[in-house]
Order: sequence, then structure tokens, then C-alpha cells
Amino acid sequence: MSRAFLGIPAIGVPAAGPAALGAPTVGVPTVGAAAPPGVGHLHASRPFPAAARDALADPQLRRNLGHATGVIRAKRAAAVAELDDWEQLRLAGEAIKRSTMASLDTHLVRLEAEVTARGGTVHWARDAREANAIVTGLVRSTGADEVVKVKSMATQEIGLNEALAAAGITAVETDLAELIIQLGEDRPSHILVPAIHRNRGEIRDLFLRTMPDVDPQLAAEPRQLAMAARAHLRRTFLRARVAVSGANLAIAETGTLAVVESEGNGRMCLTLPDTLITVMGIEKVLPSWSDLEVFLQLLPRSSTGERMNPYTSLWTGVTPGDGPRAFHLVLLDNGRTAALADRVGRDALHCIRCSACLNVCPVYERTGGHAYGSIYPGPIGAVLSPQLTGLHRGSDGGGGGATFNASLPFASSLCGACFDACPVRIDIPSLLVRLRAAAVDAARDAQRLPTPEALSMAAAAHVMSSPARFAAAESASRLARLAGRRTGRLSALPWPLSAWTATRDAPRPPAETFRQWWSRTHPDRP
Amino acid sequence: MRIALFVTCLVDALYPRVGQATVTLLERLGHEVVFPAGQTCCGQMHVNSGYPREALTLVRHHVDVFEDAEVIVAPSGSCAGSVRHQHAALARDAGDDALAVRADAVAARTVELSELLVDVLGVEDVGAYYPHRVTYHPTCHSLRVLRVGDRPLRLLRRVAGMTLLELPEAATCCGFGGTFAVKNAATSTAMLADKMRHIVGTGAEVATAGDASCLMHIGGGLSRLGAPTRTVHLAEILASTAAAPS
Repeated sequence: MSRAFLGIPAIGVPAAGPAALGAPTVGVPTVGAAAPPGVGHLHASRPFPAAARDALADPQLRRNLGHATGVIRAKRAAAVAELDDWEQLRLAGEAIKRSTMASLDTHLVRLEAEVTARGGTVHWARDAREANAIVTGLVRSTGADEVVKVKSMATQEIGLNEALAAAGITAVETDLAELIIQLGEDRPSHILVPAIHRNRGEIRDLFLRTMPDVDPQLAAEPRQLAMAARAHLRRTFLRARVAVSGANLAIAETGTLAVVESEGNGRMCLTLPDTLITVMGIEKVLPSWSDLEVFLQLLPRSSTGERMNPYTSLWTGVTPGDGPRAFHLVLLDNGRTAALADRVGRDALHCIRCSACLNVCPVYERTGGHAYGSIYPGPIGAVLSPQLTGLHRGSDGGGGGATFNASLPFASSLCGACFDACPVRIDIPSLLVRLRAAAVDAARDAQRLPTPEALSMAAAAHVMSSPARFAAAESASRLARLAGRRTGRLSALPWPLSAWTATRDAPRPPAETFRQWWSRTHPDRP
Repeated sequence: MRIALFVTCLVDALYPRVGQATVTLLERLGHEVVFPAGQTCCGQMHVNSGYPREALTLVRHHVDVFEDAEVIVAPSGSCAGSVRHQHAALARDAGDDALAVRADAVAARTVELSELLVDVLGVEDVGAYYPHRVTYHPTCHSLRVLRVGDRPLRLLRRVAGMTLLELPEAATCCGFGGTFAVKNAATSTAMLADKMRHIVGTGAEVATAGDASCLMHIGGGLSRLGAPTRTVHLAEILASTAAAPS
């Protein structure tokens, strides 16, 4: 099955659909399908505004998020300010990502060759279902019914834990925050800090409820909580025969994989079990070893606000007498080549999952990650998720419920804080604006009749492209002066502006517009 | 200098006093202001709402109207930002390279008010007098699209009689975001609530900014709460003098 089906889609060439796995098509423009609905965690099941309203109504969540994002923001700002060449590093990161994406097929095939030459096995997965099937089959073939896991966005994206559970295999998350999520039967709400929506007290209560032999005197104190998790996980580490990880990056020229982490649980998973299975999105590959220099500086400072993360594990194939006996690398498409086909949209694939954009986003800070539905929340999620899944609305037709990822590009005030924080300079605001246009087009195609918004936008463009029509519209809007004549402000306007006046007064139109004032006071001037 | 005023549709229709203050200020500094009468709207609302085709009509109109101007000033970081960062790109995306070249030329001559004063006219002390306690909110697009930096603060620090109060978490968005304020009203309001808390906490009588749109949002919230702080555009403060206070 180890055969490349991926190629860089030529710009302007329509999507050809997933190429057959039977034929090598490297270099031929081929585009995979969008990430399928009904599997994994990429699809919003409710429109963002509705999900956000519920999140905003939870004062504890607001406090937890406000505190946690504030702390990480300050740490990152300090770590970044230490480096005189931070902007040069960002430019280098952007340039490496851009050139890598331009020949992704070459780098992936090289990676496959190098991993294979060093005793690993490479598997290609077109989508979440294929990836889950590959991993489930590999675990089954070892006879194990339990795997230990390193924190991984790719396996959350494809819903691997659920797929393994359906096959009778227990997946144990070993990252502290992921363990908290798993024990609480909760969902991650942040890329880096998945339990950011929980505070110490909530975590202590959860441990007391779910860990069989925990000290009943456990205090809501970080060290005590970490030690409890450590004791809980230790037995699992020592008996595990299979580990599943993601990868922060892969080096094509050497076939090397890398995981950076803080707790050492990753190192245990990567070195103790006999079999290691790594699931990696195809966009994570870098051409050469020297690229590590840039990304191992950008990533920790942007994500945890540290100069260097405590554990950096690099491994290449298998090494006799040391580490796992068998290594499998699953390369995941799941909508990535479809995103790659968009000349501009492909920039979202440059993301290194540092989550700096989440921590600086005023929307994320208030709604938290669950409101986005997808496992990728925040600004990058609002551009990445709809590109991976496509922008269709409503029922997915695949038995997986509704999908509302088209609402995600609108979940931003376009304040631009995300772009400034992004270590690889992804212009997220511009991508959001482009995706809004794509969402409007998709809605237009689906409805056949123009939406009320589309009609009003067309009417406004018609009025505003003519100064005479604009002046006439201004005169008409001054009728609203009647409504505000007592207070000088408008406190209730009809739909859709009622959404404004629910919490904000609107200005009362003035007696005279600027252009009227100008022609009165500057009659001799243009 | 002969300066063309792009007053913006919002100021024209709802906040004429901001345009009047801009004219008063520039004329006081000895410059000639012209108002190209055909002007309407930069089209940013259309672009940012997902209607680039409709916006392109407005871009073409804007370029037609302002093409001959030497320097164009807008009392808005957001509208100047749209002209500088969206217009040519929209034309290029639509395959109209000729319009893109013309839009680039207009963009290169378009500045926001604080940029005009500090960079083009080389003035920081505009001779203003404004005896009030004031806090300044740097709007997102002036800060992160135009990169005006501390230019507005440099102008405000030279205003006689004024006490400038530092706004905590100043660089955080007020939650306006154009149609975001309506489409995601709850989130927008949550952002506004925090902005208002910081503004009122400074004890300022006046909150100022370089964008009438953000001030409409902040001011609408403060007014609804009955808060003691009112919103005043940067141009109105800079236009105010002891002889003619605003």
C-alpha cells in the first residue's frame, strides 16, 4: 500500500478526485477529496454564533479562559522579545514552508524512501477512515488491546480513539491535559492546552472521581495533580506494547520524525513499547535537517513561551537494541491536497500548530475552543477546518449529522492579532476574507435564490457606486432622526440591526450630512 | 499642500462633525482641502462580508474619483487600510490588471489622518487645546493594517490642557468588526464589555480613536450603560483650540 498518490495540483487544473492507489502518480496533478463527514472531529455540528452564545453564558469558562490565555500571551511576548532576529526567523519559517509546499510531492516521496531504507514502513491514507483502518489493523496484528498515546492533533482530527475503541482497543492518552480530557469524557478546546477550559479545582474533582487509587486528600495544586497523573500512568507505560504518536515535523532527507513536548510522557511512548505508529499530516514534512534550526526556535517560543521545550525526541526508522522494534508512519491527506490546490488557501497548511493565534484572539479568548466545533479552533481553525472539509452547509448527507464549517470564517472581527503572532506569518485575516467569499458563493449555489444579505449587499453596491444615489439614500436614512429626537440616540432598530441595538445604542442621523455641510461652506470648491 | 479628503461613507452620513474637524484642522495648519464630490464608499464592508464582485464596482468608482489627487487623507484607519491593502488585490483577483495598477497608485497616495500629520506634513504639535481627561484606543486596522504605531499618541501628547490616561489592554479589539458586530453579536458584545470596563476604569471623560466605526461601537455601548465616558474622534480633539473648543 506504500505508494504515493500525491502530487502538487497545478493551479487552475480542476480537482481530479482521489487518484487510484494502484498507480504511482507523483508529479501528476492530483487532488484528494475533502475530509469526509461522519468520522473524526473536523466538522462543526452547530453554527458558530449559536455555539458561541452558549459558551459566553458560562462565567466559569470565561474566567478560566481569560486567565489562561493571559498567562500564555505574556509568556510568549517575553520569549519572543528576547530574540533580536525574531522577524527574520518568521520570514525564514514562511519561506521554508512556502517552498516546501511548492514541491510537497517530491519531499514526501523522499521521506518515504528514507524511512523505508531505515527499517520503517510508510502507509498512505487518503482520509480519516483509511488512516483509522490502517492503524487499527497494525495494532490488531500485534495482538495488543491497549495503546499508549502521545498528544497528537492528527489522531484527534481523524477520531482514532473512537475507531480503536470500536475495534476493542483501549487508547490511553498520556499527556496530562489530554488525560484530563479523556477521563472527563470531554473534548479538547485548545491545540496546545486541550484542557484550558478547566481549572485546578475542576481537575482535582475529576481525578478524585475517576482515578481508582488516588489519595483522597489530593489538593488542587499543580504539582500534586501532576504527581497523581504520573502514578496513574506509570503502570500503563510499563505494560504497553504499542504506542501511537503524531509528529511535529519530519525531515525528508534523513527520514527523521520529531515530537516536541514538555512532560516526558512522549519520550516514554516513543521509546518503551515494541511498536510505534505515527500518524502525520502530509504538510508537516520539511526538506532538510538544517530546517530544524528555524522551527525548533519558532515553535516553543510561540506555543509555550519557552526558549526550548523540555523534551525533543527525534527518531529515524528503527535501531536494533534501542527503542521500538517496528515503526510505522501513516501519512494523512484528509482534505490537505484539496486545500493545497488553492493558490492562496494553501497558506493555512503552513501551520505548525503552535496555537499562538488562539491565545491572542479576542474571539477565542471569550468563546473557547468548543464553540468552533472542529478540533482545530481559533483563527487558524477558522481557515483550516473549512478548507479541509469544504464549505457545504447543513446536512452532510453521509449520516454524520450536520456540518456548519461555513460559519467559521465569519467568527472573527478581522482584528489581525493572529497574523502578528503567527510564527510562519500566515495572513489569517486575508484567508478569512477569501473564505467568506467562498462561503457566500457556496450558499448562493445551494439556494439558487439570493439570500436577503446578498440582495442588500448588491443594493448597497448599486447605491454607493453613484454619489447621487448615495446622497438620496442618506436623506432617506435621516427619517430615523424622528425616532431618536428625544434622547439623541436610537435604542431599537428593526432586524437585522436589532442585533446591534440589543446591546448598543445607534447614532441618530445628523441634521446635515458632511457633503451638505461642505457644499454650504465651500461653495467655490470642488 | 492641496489635500483631497476621503471623508468615508460612515462619517459623511452619520458623523459629519469628524469630517468638519478634519477640514478645520488642515485649513488651520495652512493647507487647502478639496472634497472630490463623486466619492462614496471604499467597499470594505462588501469585501469583508464575502462580496468581492460587488466591492469591485466600488473600487473602480473610488479610483475614478481619486485618481488625480496628490495626497488623499481619510479620518479612518480602517477605510485607508481597505484602499491600501484590498483595492488592488481585488482588481487583480478579478483579472483586471489595469485597474489594479491604477488602484495601487491611488493607494500609494492614501494616508490616515495621523500619518498625514506626522509623516507628510511633519507636524506633531498641531496647536490644539482640549482641557479633558482622555484615553486613546488604537483601532485594529490603524495598528495592524496601516501600522500607524504611536503617531496618534505623539499628536495627543502635544495637545495643551489635556490629561492622557493609559488604556489597559489597549491593542485588543473592541469587537466591532463590521458585520461581525451583527452576525456574531454575542461575541462582539463580550469583547465590547471588556473594552468598556478598561475605558471606564481609566476615569477618562473621553475615549478617542482614529475610526468613527469603532467609536460608534464603543460609544453605543457606553451610552446604553449610561457610562460617564463619551467618545470623540481624534480629529475633533486635534481641531479643538482655546478660541474654538470642540
